[in-house]
Amino acid sequence: MSTARVLTRSWRTPITLTVLGAVALVVFGLLAPPGEHSTFGVSTGGDLVQFEPLALPSRLVGILLGIACLALAGWSFTLVARGRRVPIWLSITFGVAFVLAFLTWSVAGAQISLPALLQGALALSVPLIFGALCGLVCERSGVINIAIEGQLLGGAFLSGVVASLTTSVWAGLVAAPLAGLLVAYLLAVFTVRYYVNQIIVGVVLNVLVIGLTSFMFGRLLSPNPETWNSPGRFLSMKIPILGDIPVIGPVLFDQTVIVYIMYVTVAVLYVALFRSRWGLRVRAVGEHPEAADTAGIQVNAVRFRNVLIGGAVAGLGGAYFTLGLSGLFSREMTAGQGFIALAAMILGRWNPIGAVFAALLFGFVNNLQSVLGIIGTPIPSEFMLMAPYVVTIIAVAGLVGRVRPPAASGQPYIKT
Amino acid sequence: MTETREDTPPEEKGPSAGQRFWQELTTGNIMVTLLSVVLALVIGAVLVAISDPRVQDAAGYFFARPGDLFSATWSSVGDAYAALFTGSLIDVSEYTVGRALRPFGETLTNATPLIAAGLAVAIAFRAGLFNIGAEGQIILGAIFAGYAGFAFDLPIIVHVTAAVVAGIVGGAIWAGIVGVLKAKTGAHEVIVTIMLNNIAAFLLAYLLGTVAFQRPGRQDPISPFVDESAQLPRLVESTRVHAGFLLAILAAAIIWWLLSRSTLGFRLRAVGNNPNAAHTAGMSVAGTYVVVFVLAGMLAGLAGASLALGTERHLNTGISGGLGFDAITVALLGRANPWGTVAAGILFGALRAGGVTMQARTGTPIDLVLVVQALIVLFIAAPPLIRAIFRIRVRAKEPVATASKGWES
Repeated sequence: MSTARVLTRSWRTPITLTVLGAVALVVFGLLAPPGEHSTFGVSTGGDLVQFEPLALPSRLVGILLGIACLALAGWSFTLVARGRRVPIWLSITFGVAFVLAFLTWSVAGAQISLPALLQGALALSVPLIFGALCGLVCERSGVINIAIEGQLLGGAFLSGVVASLTTSVWAGLVAAPLAGLLVAYLLAVFTVRYYVNQIIVGVVLNVLVIGLTSFMFGRLLSPNPETWNSPGRFLSMKIPILGDIPVIGPVLFDQTVIVYIMYVTVAVLYVALFRSRWGLRVRAVGEHPEAADTAGIQVNAVRFRNVLIGGAVAGLGGAYFTLGLSGLFSREMTAGQGFIALAAMILGRWNPIGAVFAALLFGFVNNLQSVLGIIGTPIPSEFMLMAPYVVTIIAVAGLVGRVRPPAASGQPYIKT
Repeated sequence: MTETREDTPPEEKGPSAGQRFWQELTTGNIMVTLLSVVLALVIGAVLVAISDPRVQDAAGYFFARPGDLFSATWSSVGDAYAALFTGSLIDVSEYTVGRALRPFGETLTNATPLIAAGLAVAIAFRAGLFNIGAEGQIILGAIFAGYAGFAFDLPIIVHVTAAVVAGIVGGAIWAGIVGVLKAKTGAHEVIVTIMLNNIAAFLLAYLLGTVAFQRPGRQDPISPFVDESAQLPRLVESTRVHAGFLLAILAAAIIWWLLSRSTLGFRLRAVGNNPNAAHTAGMSVAGTYVVVFVLAGMLAGLAGASLALGTERHLNTGISGGLGFDAITVALLGRANPWGTVAAGILFGALRAGGVTMQARTGTPIDLVLVVQALIVLFIAAPPLIRAIFRIRVRAKEPVATASKGWES
C-alpha cells in the first residue's frame, strides 16, 4: 500500500464524517423518542452459559454513539490539519459506531437476537468476501475483474451439478473453483494475451455465464431436478471450545466448512500479498510493470496466474450459494453479488482485511434489512439494500478517505 | 478516483479509458464480424445438441447406429434455429401478410430499446468512456415516462410528447450524476454506473410499493397502465411495433450528425482520442464528460420511455430486464457507430424475438440467445482470435497498443 503523503490536504473526509456524525447524534440520539429500550438477545439456546438479554435505553445510547462519531470526526480534522492521512481503522471504527447507533435506533421498543443477527450477516457476506478477494488478487496484478459475478455464478452452477451427479457435496466443493478458473481463463486469454479491454471482456463474460447457466438450468436442471439439481448442503460443524464462547462462538465457529476455508483464504492471501516474495512481485507488477519487467519479473505470466487464482477463489465463493445456503441451484442465483463484492474490494482499498470488513458491513446491512422487515422498520427495506452502493459511490467520489487502485490496474502490458 | 487539484482536469496521465478501444473496433473488417456471428451460432448449435436428451440417447448407441446421432442432432438444431428464424423474421405458415410479418414486428419492437440504449453506450465509447449504466438509466427513464403517463391528464399529442420528454430527462439526470462525479472528483464511471444500476433497481422496487405508483387493487409491484393519450401509437396493426422505433432511428440520425458534423461531436471525439491533447487545445475535458453522460442518459431514457409507453405500457420491476447490458453488446457489435448500432440492435432484437418462439416451440431456453450474443462480441473484441481460427490473412497492423486502460484514466 502506498504510504506516500497526499500533497494537497483534503478536507473531504473530515467534513463527510462530521456530517454523518451529526446525523447520528441528531436523528438516532436527540430526536429518538425518550423512554424506549432496545433489547438485544445475547445467548442462543445451546450455549453453556446463558445471559439475560441486554436492554439498553435507546435515546441515551444513540446520543453517546453520536458523540463518539463526532469525536472521531474531530480527530480526523486534527490529523488532516497536521498533514496526515486519515487511517483506515478510524474509518472502520466510525462505521461501526454509526451502524450501532442506527441499530439501537431502529430496534427501539423491540427485541432482536444479536447472535442470530450476526450469524445471518456473516452468511450473507461469505460470497462477498470470496468475490472481493478474487477481485483484489486480479487487480493487485493489474487486471480489472468485472467478471466476479460470472465466476461466482459459474462456481455455484458447477458445484451444484457435480454434487448432484456424484451425490457428494465434497466433489461439488472441489468442482466449484474449476468453474471459476474456467471463466478466469477466458478473462486472462482475452485481456492478458490479446490485450482486449478488461472492462469489456468482464461485462461480456458475465452475460456469457448467465446465459450458459440459465440455458443449462432450463434444459437439464429444471426438467430433472433429482439427477441434476439436488446437491444437498454442508452441515454446520461446531469447533469444540471456540464454538462455546458467548455471541461470537456460534457466529464464527459454528459454521460450514466453506466458511472455515474462507478464514484460511483471507489469512493466507493477506500474508502472501504483504509478507511474501510472491506478493511483492504481484504488487510490483500491478503498480509499475515496466520496473517489474526490468527486474526480471515476467509481467504477463504473473498476471495470467493471478487472474486464474482469483477465479478459483471466486468459484469457491460460488459454491457457498448452492452447497452452503440454499441446497440447490437456481437461475441467476448470485443476483448481482459479484458487483457488491467489487464494491467491497474498492471500499476495502484493495486490502484483504479491508475488503473483509467492507463485505461484513454490506452483509450486516443486508441482513439487518430483512430482520427489521420482520419487527417493523422505520426505513423502507429498499433503501437499506441500496446502502452498500451509495456508500461505494461516496467512497470513490473521494468523500471518505482516498481510494487508490493499483497504479497499473487495467492497463495491458505490452513488452516493447 | 484520486484527489484532483482544482485547476487541472481529472485526466492528466495518458490516453483515456475507452480510448482507442473504439478505434480498434472501427478498424476491424466486416469479415471478422460475419465470421464472429457464424462461429457464435455454431457454438450455440453445439450447445443445443449436447443438451438435448434425444441426442444424448442417440449418442449412447452411437456405434450401433451412428446415423441416429446425426439425424437427432440435425433435427434438434434444425428445429431450434428454424423457430428462431420464424419467430424473428417471417412466419410462412400464416396465411395473411399481416400475420406472417408479425414476427418481424416483434423483432423491431425488441430492437427499439436496444438501439436507443446501444447508442447511449456507443456515444460514451466515442468519448473514451464506459457507460455500463444504461440499465439504471433505462429504469429511471421508464419511471419518469411511466409516471408522467399515468399520473397526469393531458391532451392527446401533448401527453405522449411530455411523457417521452420526461423519460429522456429521467435518464439524463441519472447519467448526469456520473458525468458530474467524474468531472468534479474523478470517480471512475464504471464503478459509479454499476452502483447506480443497482440503486435504480431498488428505487423502482420501492416506488412500485408506494400509493402513487401501485395499481389500485393490486398487491404485487405493478403500476397502472399509462393513459391511452400517453401511449406511443402502434405503427402496424397486428404487430407491437410502436412509434418508439421511429424515435430510436431519429436518435441514431441525430447522433450520427452530432458525431460527424458538429463541433460538439468533434470535441467529443477529440477527448476520446486523447484527452491531454484536447485539454491542451483548450477544450474542457471535464465539461465534455458531463455533456457525454447527459447525452447518453437521454438516449437510455428514451429506451426506458419506449418500454414504459410503447412496449409494456406500464411499469413492473423487470421492465429493463438486463437490456442495459445487452445494449453494451449492441454498441460493441455496432462498433460504436450510430448506424452500426442500429443494425446490431435489429440483429439482437431478432435474436430476442426469435428466442421467444424457439422456447415456445422447441423448449430450447431463450437464454441461448444470451450465449450467442456474448460469444459474438467476444470474438469481435479479439480479432486475432477469429483470424487464428479461420486462418484469415490480414494486413499487418500495429499491435493493439492502445487496447485498454483502467480505473485511473
